Amino acid sequence: MTFNDFIQIGIYLVVLLLLIKPMGRYMAHVYADEPNRIHRVGGGLERLIYRLCGIQADEEMGWKRYAISMLLFNVFGMVLTYAFLRLHQWLPLNPQHFPALSPDLSINTAVSFVTNTNWQAYSGESTMSYLSQMAALAVQNFVSAAMGIAVLVAVVRGFARKTAKTIGNFWVDLTRTLLYVLLPVSFVLAMLLVSQGVIQNFKPYVDVPVVQTTTYANPVTDAAGNPVKDAQGNAVTKPAQLTTETLPMGPAASQIAIKMLGTNGGGFFGANSAHPYENPTPFSNFLEMLAIFLIPGALCITFGEMVGDRRQGWAILAAMLVIFIPLTIGVTAAEQAGNPILHGLSIDQHASALQSGGNMEGKETRFGIAASSLFTAVTTAASCGAVNNMHDSLTPLGGLVPMWLMQLGEVIFGGVGCGLYGMLAFAVVAVFIAGLMVGRTPEYLGKKIEAYEMKMASLAVLIPCALVVICTAIAVMTPSAVATVGNPGAHSFSEILYTVTSATNNNGSAFGGLNANIPFWNVMLSVCMFLARYTLAIAMLALAGSVAAKKHVPESSGTLPTHTPLFVTLLASVVIIVGALTFLPALALGPIAEYLMSAH
Amino acid sequence: MSRLIRNALSMLIVMTVITGLVYPLVATGVAQVLFPHQANGSLIMRDGKPIGSELIGQSFDDPKYFWGRPSATSPQPDNGTASNGSNQGPSNPALSDAVKQRIDALQKADPDNHAAIPADLVTASGSGLDPEISPAAAQYQIARVARVRKLGTDQVQQLVAQYTQGRQLGLLGEPRVNVLQLNLALDKLQAR
Repeated sequence: MTFNDFIQIGIYLVVLLLLIKPMGRYMAHVYADEPNRIHRVGGGLERLIYRLCGIQADEEMGWKRYAISMLLFNVFGMVLTYAFLRLHQWLPLNPQHFPALSPDLSINTAVSFVTNTNWQAYSGESTMSYLSQMAALAVQNFVSAAMGIAVLVAVVRGFARKTAKTIGNFWVDLTRTLLYVLLPVSFVLAMLLVSQGVIQNFKPYVDVPVVQTTTYANPVTDAAGNPVKDAQGNAVTKPAQLTTETLPMGPAASQIAIKMLGTNGGGFFGANSAHPYENPTPFSNFLEMLAIFLIPGALCITFGEMVGDRRQGWAILAAMLVIFIPLTIGVTAAEQAGNPILHGLSIDQHASALQSGGNMEGKETRFGIAASSLFTAVTTAASCGAVNNMHDSLTPLGGLVPMWLMQLGEVIFGGVGCGLYGMLAFAVVAVFIAGLMVGRTPEYLGKKIEAYEMKMASLAVLIPCALVVICTAIAVMTPSAVATVGNPGAHSFSEILYTVTSATNNNGSAFGGLNANIPFWNVMLSVCMFLARYTLAIAMLALAGSVAAKKHVPESSGTLPTHTPLFVTLLASVVIIVGALTFLPALALGPIAEYLMSAH
Repeated sequence: MSRLIRNALSMLIVMTVITGLVYPLVATGVAQVLFPHQANGSLIMRDGKPIGSELIGQSFDDPKYFWGRPSATSPQPDNGTASNGSNQGPSNPALSDAVKQRIDALQKADPDNHAAIPADLVTASGSGLDPEISPAAAQYQIARVARVRKLGTDQVQQLVAQYTQGRQLGLLGEPRVNVLQLNLALDKLQAR
């Protein structure tokens, strides 16, 4: 690794830590039970929304009512998104006249955006009307993020309240998240991104003449539009002249801002944040990376404020950083070392003042190794899934890092809200394990952890693990799925494992060589995304409902303090042990096997 | 339950209006006032007509031009309507074959240049639209471009320096050279 690699990672972490403290405190005020200055500023609009929707803002909900509200809202969201994708050829703002998406692709995309996954089996600039982008997909970017944060706030209330029957009002938490957090910050971020060159318009695509006319091999298609193949099965091509280039347009910045801030990750364009119109400069890249971790990091602070002990929030944050930093350095070192299969050729992969060097396949020149590797770690530690380089072309160990960060359950920062409630499930497991060691009933945040809480926390920890392992096994036994891989050897297994891992952990990034737009993947991944998202949320709401009803246990000499370096180590170890025990065998067949073979 | 259904449906409609229509429309309006050049694609204009974008690469294979990053978009390279990388895995033989072909093409265009080729000049970019190459990749090509155009290398060197950007704020990203703008400047220099 070069000195500048370390500098860029260091600056990112410092600026992030400076931002999340004020942001976290601000959010604690947003969710405070007593109205304060923040609510007075937007109070008029907030009350208008409640009146329009028939919501009684002072009505408190038990965990079941909270969960049902969330589920209803999400299921209706899926239906509406599906309708947009199936009907957009008849709706306005479709200057390129794109046809409707297929039913299975529409279901997959609807579930993907509503569950905050943003897995994309389509390419935006050749599929989506501007209306579908902004009024279907970007809306779900907002509300799925708000839903994750709302559930987290309810879970934290469960720990903070004593002998309470309720954990808040879903509609109020959702509305406040949107009005006071996501909309204003997205707007500011969108304008900053436009200043760097991200586009924001409603124009049709622009054709420009190219400076040099070139020839390329154009595939021949038959009358029905299918590619013609020769006797060996290779596509038949004929030379064609390239005289014009088409520049895509659209309202990109407004959507990209929330795609980052809400850890959604769905690109406006196919190449996502590698696209120069989506991420034009190193500074826009820096802003986008900050936006991904801003809310997941800030919520740790919010959590500390809400449970009345700031140290609790810092301890969780510390456990996340303990895992994040070494893995970030790992992916950067692997990528900076370059690709061994190119070593014998007349290529210079060494870093110098004039080039970043390293494994540049799938990376953009302006980002080089440092800004690409850091983005890769950030986007997969958080369940964002935006990419500024093609993960499929990462070196074997470089590709192992994002895969494993997702497999840890998306709790290292994780998605907005869901990352922290996932981490709280691990915290409950950690105090339980500590309790077993000393033979005491475990407590967390003054609440006794008993059988019911352990069942819910275990479900939250184990369901994504089980889904990934089982669905990967189903996929490798399905010929139509195996036929979709884009690379040979051990890497083909990595592609399948990455695909299932990404969808199930609601990340959405991809090893893009795999062609996921077939009915098998569209349907199975929809099921993975749906089950993981809602079983986790419901298990954690149930846990919250249970602990909310409990008395507060005063601290005693036998209580394990959960703000100490000892607990941070314990928590990080539990996360790593679960992730390693579950996935090491699968990783050995994919990236580790590929590494060993390419090293020799 | 029926009240919850009503809450959910009306909340979805209200939020679709606020976040799906009002927000992007206001953002577009403000962006068009504050940053019209960027919001409309950073287009390069000549005689009132767009002839390219500062941010979207074009394909070059004539020795008199600087070549950009290889592009894996299909069917043609630098296809603005199908951004994508090659997605070739690190040990895929197709990747090393493609790299060898690109090395051959570069060396054929400049047979006397035996320097090792900077990695970014023979590996496909992530978007397939990368507008830039590393300064090392520009240096590698200066002698060829100068020879074919019958220009002094210091003249070409000067233009390259002019279109080279350092790390942003001195720290972020990587130094880089905009290929389309550099080639347009070369053509302009010789048109005079």
